[in-house]
Amino acid sequence: MDQNFEHIPQEKFEFAQLDAHIHDTKFETKAHGYFADAFIRFKKNKSSVVAACIIIFLVIFAILAPIISPYDIKQKDNIYVNFGPFIKSIADTEVGFFDGGVVYDSQNENQMLVFRAMAEETGNDPLIKILGEQDKETLKRGQTVITKTYKVRVNKYYAVGVRYLVMSYEEFQKIQDFQNETGYQVILPYVEAKDIYGISDNPNIWYKVSDNKGTPALDKDGNFVPAYSTSKSKAGAEYNSIRIKGDDGSYIYSYSKSGAVQCRINYFNYYRYVNNREPMFIFGTNSIGQDLFGAVGIGARFSLVFAILVSAINLTIGAIYGAIQGYYGGAVDLILDRIADILYEVPFMVVATLFQLHLAQKVGVVPSFLFAFVLTGWIGMAALTRKQFYRFKGQEYVLAAKTLGAKDSRIMFKHIFPNALGTIITSCVLVIPGVISSETTLTYLGIVNLSEFAGTSIGVLMSQGQAAMTTSPHAMFFPALFVSLLLISFNLFGNGLRDAFNPSTRGVED
Amino acid sequence: MLKYTLQRIVLMFFTLFIITMMCFILVRMLPPVEIPIEDPHSVVIAQRREAMGYNKPYLVQFGIFIKDIFTRFDWGISDKLYFGQNVADIFIEKLPATIIVNLYSIILSIPIGILLGIWAALKKNTWIDHAISTLTMVVISVPSFVYAFLIQYFLSYKLGWFPFLMKGGTDWFSPAMFVSMLPAVLSLSFGVIAGFTRTTRAELTEVLTSEFMLLARTKGLTRRQATVRHALKNCMVVVVPAIFGEFIGIMSGSLIIEKIFAVPGVGSLYINSINGRDYPMFMMLTVFYTVIGLLASIVVDISYGFIDPRIRMGSKK
Repeated sequence: MDQNFEHIPQEKFEFAQLDAHIHDTKFETKAHGYFADAFIRFKKNKSSVVAACIIIFLVIFAILAPIISPYDIKQKDNIYVNFGPFIKSIADTEVGFFDGGVVYDSQNENQMLVFRAMAEETGNDPLIKILGEQDKETLKRGQTVITKTYKVRVNKYYAVGVRYLVMSYEEFQKIQDFQNETGYQVILPYVEAKDIYGISDNPNIWYKVSDNKGTPALDKDGNFVPAYSTSKSKAGAEYNSIRIKGDDGSYIYSYSKSGAVQCRINYFNYYRYVNNREPMFIFGTNSIGQDLFGAVGIGARFSLVFAILVSAINLTIGAIYGAIQGYYGGAVDLILDRIADILYEVPFMVVATLFQLHLAQKVGVVPSFLFAFVLTGWIGMAALTRKQFYRFKGQEYVLAAKTLGAKDSRIMFKHIFPNALGTIITSCVLVIPGVISSETTLTYLGIVNLSEFAGTSIGVLMSQGQAAMTTSPHAMFFPALFVSLLLISFNLFGNGLRDAFNPSTRGVED
Repeated sequence: MLKYTLQRIVLMFFTLFIITMMCFILVRMLPPVEIPIEDPHSVVIAQRREAMGYNKPYLVQFGIFIKDIFTRFDWGISDKLYFGQNVADIFIEKLPATIIVNLYSIILSIPIGILLGIWAALKKNTWIDHAISTLTMVVISVPSFVYAFLIQYFLSYKLGWFPFLMKGGTDWFSPAMFVSMLPAVLSLSFGVIAGFTRTTRAELTEVLTSEFMLLARTKGLTRRQATVRHALKNCMVVVVPAIFGEFIGIMSGSLIIEKIFAVPGVGSLYINSINGRDYPMFMMLTVFYTVIGLLASIVVDISYGFIDPRIRMGSKK
């Protein structure tokens, strides 16, 4: 008899029961696979779905924020430092937010008058609202003096008011051209110190004062009396641009200063001149004058990309390591496990520090930071894969594959690994918040300095915010809010995924 | 059991030895900090360095390092932060603050965490349970410096209840010191409370559904009696070791909190030694934190081994 079963000609085959009726019922419903099933379970978990939406929103924020923000991360303003959120068009509607508002306690009458003077001169009223008044009695030279103090909400951007600026003649001319073109009054008439009791450190005083503390000398209607200088001989340069209201052409707009001119400038309009736009800081500015909105976006981009990269690398290394451990078991497992154990016990702070000290100069800060995360990060993943392999390697289909002569690597990655994939990917998602949290902590502490590479990072922003926490809480609040939301939703999302993939372990913390 | 414990301890020392050696060699490979020329300590430090074998092969240096520790408890001298002082002395001086802050936060967290956990487990699958579980999740996710910020801003600045920073001095148990420690303690506690709640809830739910609980109810105990006498007892067997593990664990978690609230403890010393490149200090604190980590895991492992003999070495998750 012919024993050659390998090459049976095709014609010799025939159907056993082509016409017979199959007595099995057809599936009425559509069958869904492992992942579809998990997805259905996931959708039932409301908090995870919400978390997933928040993650998507935050990712979109991270992508778009630096694009929306009109500022570059390198752009830093020297004056607008730690100022609150401000958008002019919203501030003008007086709705109570986005107005750069800050509450000042116990402002005296003089200070209130300065605010009024600023409003009159620059056209932008820094005073948003008076929140309260208080009478304070003090004993002065044996007499009781009542001083009134106010609690006010002030627009910090407008309250900058007027600044002195020394500039070259060309610059002076350029600003004049800008003024002619746009109609914004940047340069204001000069006030000589000798006319205002010698006060030379407060450019906001443009009115007659009655002492060297800057108490305004009001006229009988309670109005300011201008003290603008008219001495043409002191003027630094020719001025032929728009003049302020009430100027009959006699005021001088600059003051000569050895080869340059000193001016009083309206800083808000000067900002327009320098940046070609008015200030718009959706989250406010931080302690080095960066736009916080764009900065949080930049930091978020880095955190997210970095965390995903780390978790992908860890997944790869951990999966291979864990697969070898779990599949071969025995002595291999024991030795590999001891190595993992030892690495696992090295404190992460130490790893990160040593990598920074040794490698940062050679390969750069970010790669060495990445190595630090990878060095110990894969261990959790390896342990998980190993556990899954122990679970599956004794099953019949593995035996069947072995019987058919499949190679070890094929059994490991074609047969067992896909079954463990759900669990592994889930824990991969749970690794991301861990990485973000560690990254934020290390940059917060200043152990790793990413500013040169990424411009900034969430941790850096928070440590900058922490420093000026009492006066400008927004600088800490926005990065903190972002990172908290991100971590919470990643954890909720990861837990939901885990429950969806392993319904049997629901509610049991792993 | 004794064999298992011994095995774990031997393994722990082995791990510690290897980690110390790796870190030591890596640290010594870095160029040593320059000694200022005019400082009167310089001569002494140069001599000490010579004695510590700075110009010899790394393994010899490591041998000297280990020998000094075992014979004289000498960890070297600080070459930057506390120029010329003994590292071990400074470390011991800084230790009480860290321990006390952590101890307070554990003491605060244990009752709150366990009670919340029990409550959630008893009300399993009701809105109370969901609320507590979600809250736990949220609290665990948020990094501790965010709590520090919230506490500093609202409690210290807005309400003025606490000082911003921990006050100086060594009067560890005076009321003023206690109040000034509270912000740091609170910031640390959030995470710890959530951790306890989670452990207790997970454990108690499992115990409550086991068969001996059914038996207890069948023999006529009320639900309350059964819970207190049987379920809680069994649950505590797991929770108590977790408390020890957690206590040792938060010592290493308090780095940032110590820095923010100016706690004169080991954590801020560690960060300063990293940022200031004080290698002998860094080395000692590295060993300290490694020991802390190892102790935490060994305490939990061994106590689990006591409770459940099925847990053997190598069969960890």
